[in-house]
Amino acid sequence: MISFQPDFCEILPPDEEHYSIEDYGSSKARWCSGCGAHTILHSVQKLCEEEQLPPEKTVFVSGIGCSSRFPHYMKTYGFHGLHGRALPVASGVKFRRPDLNVFVITGDGDCCSIGAGHWVHAIRYNMKMVVLLFDNSIYGLTKKQTSPTSPLGTHSNTHPRGSVIPPINPIQSTLGFANVSFVAQTIDWKPAHLNATLKKAFDHPGLAFVRIVQRCPIWMRDTYEPTVKDPNALTLLDHEDGILLDEKAKSTFRHIQQHDPSNLIKAREVAELVKETTPIGLFYQNKNAIRYDEYGAHNLGISVEERIGAINTLMDRYAI
Amino acid sequence: MISNPASQPSETNRFERTKIKEAIIEIVSDSGEGAQKCGQSLGAISAKMGNGVWTVEIIPAEIQPPARSKAGASGIRVRMGSNKITNMGDHADLVVALNEQVLYGRIDQNAYKPGTYLLIENKWATHTEETAIAYKESIEHFKELGYKIFEIPMEKECLKHVSDAKKGKNMWVLGLLCNLYDRDLEIAENQVKYIFRKKDEKIIQSNLELLHAGYEYATENFPMHFTIPSKLSEEDYVVMNGNEAISLGVMAAGIEVCSMYPITPATSATHAMAETIESAGGIIHQAEDEIAAIGFAVGASYAGKTAVTITSGPGIALKTEFIGLAVMAEVPLVIIDVQRGGPSTGLPTKVEQGDLLAVLYGAPGDSPKVIIAPSTIEECFHFVILARKLAESFRTPVFVLTDANLATGVQPFPRPKIKSEWFAGPIDQSPWKEGVKVYDWDKNTGISKRPIPGQKGGMYTLTGLAHDEDSHVAYDPAINQRAVESRSRKLAALRATLKPPTIHGDQEGDMLLVGWGSTRGAIEEAAERAREKGAKVSSIHLRFLSPMEPGLKDIFSKFKKVMTVEINYSDTVGNPLITEENRRYSQLAWYLRAQTLTDIDCLSNVFGQPMSPIQILKRLEKELNLTLID
Repeated sequence: MISFQPDFCEILPPDEEHYSIEDYGSSKARWCSGCGAHTILHSVQKLCEEEQLPPEKTVFVSGIGCSSRFPHYMKTYGFHGLHGRALPVASGVKFRRPDLNVFVITGDGDCCSIGAGHWVHAIRYNMKMVVLLFDNSIYGLTKKQTSPTSPLGTHSNTHPRGSVIPPINPIQSTLGFANVSFVAQTIDWKPAHLNATLKKAFDHPGLAFVRIVQRCPIWMRDTYEPTVKDPNALTLLDHEDGILLDEKAKSTFRHIQQHDPSNLIKAREVAELVKETTPIGLFYQNKNAIRYDEYGAHNLGISVEERIGAINTLMDRYAI
Repeated sequence: MISNPASQPSETNRFERTKIKEAIIEIVSDSGEGAQKCGQSLGAISAKMGNGVWTVEIIPAEIQPPARSKAGASGIRVRMGSNKITNMGDHADLVVALNEQVLYGRIDQNAYKPGTYLLIENKWATHTEETAIAYKESIEHFKELGYKIFEIPMEKECLKHVSDAKKGKNMWVLGLLCNLYDRDLEIAENQVKYIFRKKDEKIIQSNLELLHAGYEYATENFPMHFTIPSKLSEEDYVVMNGNEAISLGVMAAGIEVCSMYPITPATSATHAMAETIESAGGIIHQAEDEIAAIGFAVGASYAGKTAVTITSGPGIALKTEFIGLAVMAEVPLVIIDVQRGGPSTGLPTKVEQGDLLAVLYGAPGDSPKVIIAPSTIEECFHFVILARKLAESFRTPVFVLTDANLATGVQPFPRPKIKSEWFAGPIDQSPWKEGVKVYDWDKNTGISKRPIPGQKGGMYTLTGLAHDEDSHVAYDPAINQRAVESRSRKLAALRATLKPPTIHGDQEGDMLLVGWGSTRGAIEEAAERAREKGAKVSSIHLRFLSPMEPGLKDIFSKFKKVMTVEINYSDTVGNPLITEENRRYSQLAWYLRAQTLTDIDCLSNVFGQPMSPIQILKRLEKELNLTLID
């Protein structure tokens, strides 16, 4: 297949495969109409195309819930596993396969409730992968139960008089976990920001944790509509090392705040803003955090002879 | 190579040694006094001399229970003989106790018999007043029970050579035992040097001095000296426990990912490989919890690197959902369950074969998986290699069930010659054959080949939801029926390749004993001893529990009675409310009754102890109305 890369006007060799966005699409997504997951799916497929990720070298791992159907709609390898357990599976996939591009799709129930223990440790492992938290602040697939990120007072089928405990702030929590290396927040209804965030996350040498504030038109319309409609509800975090938007995209934000993503203490302060406004952008990045996947792959490719030799040396200890 | 025991010191000729076929020796103490090291060394020395050996650790549940507590015995039993030894045996012949209190727990466990020699540290006789009284009372009590007591000034003797007797008393005892049982002193010296190989020369020398001192002490101060003739083998041997064998098996299987969370009594398998596995091409992942441990393993397996997770009963309970997923999505995986007493936290350091039905059925829906159970230390090694092959060939999780008895039991076996074909081959990254479905279930065998990430054209999304041959979510009734049937068919396909079990003893008779796992040695020894007394007793031992080995019904039909011997719970008819109708059978008996419609009885208990031949013989006496025990 011959194709042009307009930036360089270079003709690719004929045997080099070029992937179009359609090459990443599988069956038609079965999410509700108006669900934020549709735009995220498109944005992720766009990223794959831009990065020209070979579909066979790309794995989407998910848990259970609305968002976790995601891998079924990608024409890559996928793993739609257990509720809350996407992160350990993804870590296992990546451990001895540095050649694979690993993405994790998880929801607020999946990541912040039933799988919360894995969340803490996956951040600490800091293996190179992109973790997308689809946060619609509700259990959708099981029909409207309070989620760990439901705002206080959310009326749900488990709390008809309103939820009684304050929600987890996933950004704030993640910024508190050991060895955290990349934390960003974006929204599903501003594609420019979503795309730029995914790109930044993909380029990060470690685990990139991205919380995507996501609309659920079926159960949470009242919660999201004000944020979507009110231009004051968002604050764009801006910095030359952060998520870069062009001027046009930037101009759609009324509130822009400078935030240096190398400053963890400041990042935690900004994460507290969520009470008044939703800050979006890159909170924190450390490209030098220790990576467990590098340890995992360090002894790949040892010859069978060497391996047998090592086992025999150990066996000698038991020899009589 | 086994070295030649040529260098017996001359003083051993000063007295007559009684030739014996075998001996059971225990060393018991408070935790941390080195009793186990002493016993392990004795076992290793004897194995090197060509004796059959079985050692089993006596472990308290805590790391450091209070000193001198009756139930806190930490120690080891060593059974050694002229022939191969396959189990811990019945009663100890000689016990070295570093304090008298720890003997109570062992006496309660029926570990000793009248006439057993008890060699007891006598420093307690002159300790605090309270201790001295307890000591004297105990000695009197033990005498009444018919034990032969020797009060030994162990501490005092050791202090002649070292300033801190706590360190090194075990080596003095080792020297003493080497003399009493005619062990090769040169082999013993090498063993001591080996134990302390990482310490400096001074420590090695002082321990050697203690070894010799103990040896000398035994020359003068005991009326009994034994010898256990041995045969030297030309073959290379190794001696280790079951968990060590598992660890070598994991590496020899070429498994690259061992994903675990600490749990007794399984974790020592991971310790045993920790220093070597990275040079052997693998890595240990210590996960944040049991669920993550198997999730990580499933992820690695999905990505083509068939992984192992090692755990015990409570870990299996937590892993159950992932096991179901691995069955459903047909992910090859090796799960090693080193069983301990249950339910719940149960008896962490004690033996039980209580997880059979849990692994067989412990998942929602129909969840067929392969279950194999090694019956010897040697099989612990080979079965891991077998498990990985089965997992990949049949695209399924494979369980390896061992138990605390195999985990800590030590036995010599022929040294395996590591073969490259045992290793997992490089993962297939060639393009996936066009048109072949992801679950291309063979109509006859249910087996299908799986695409591995990286294979062009093989892209699919694995799912725990019901799915069709393309791995697409499918709720169609016919598809689910077909999928479940295909997964079950794989067990039948594997079963078709198995041979009926070998019958140990005559092909027909009055009683067939059926066992699985670590009880094999005790069962076969009991059956042999019964046959020597004229009883028509045979035994079979099952290695495959799922699928079940073929031909069982036929075998059962040739015996008047069939009885399983297992270390797990069953009701006893005659106890309040318990009748033939409502009795709950032990796990294998329950399973075999269902599979073969044979009236199968069971001998089972949950004392947390390895099965001993005499327990089985006692039951056989009752069942067969014969006298089998002298």
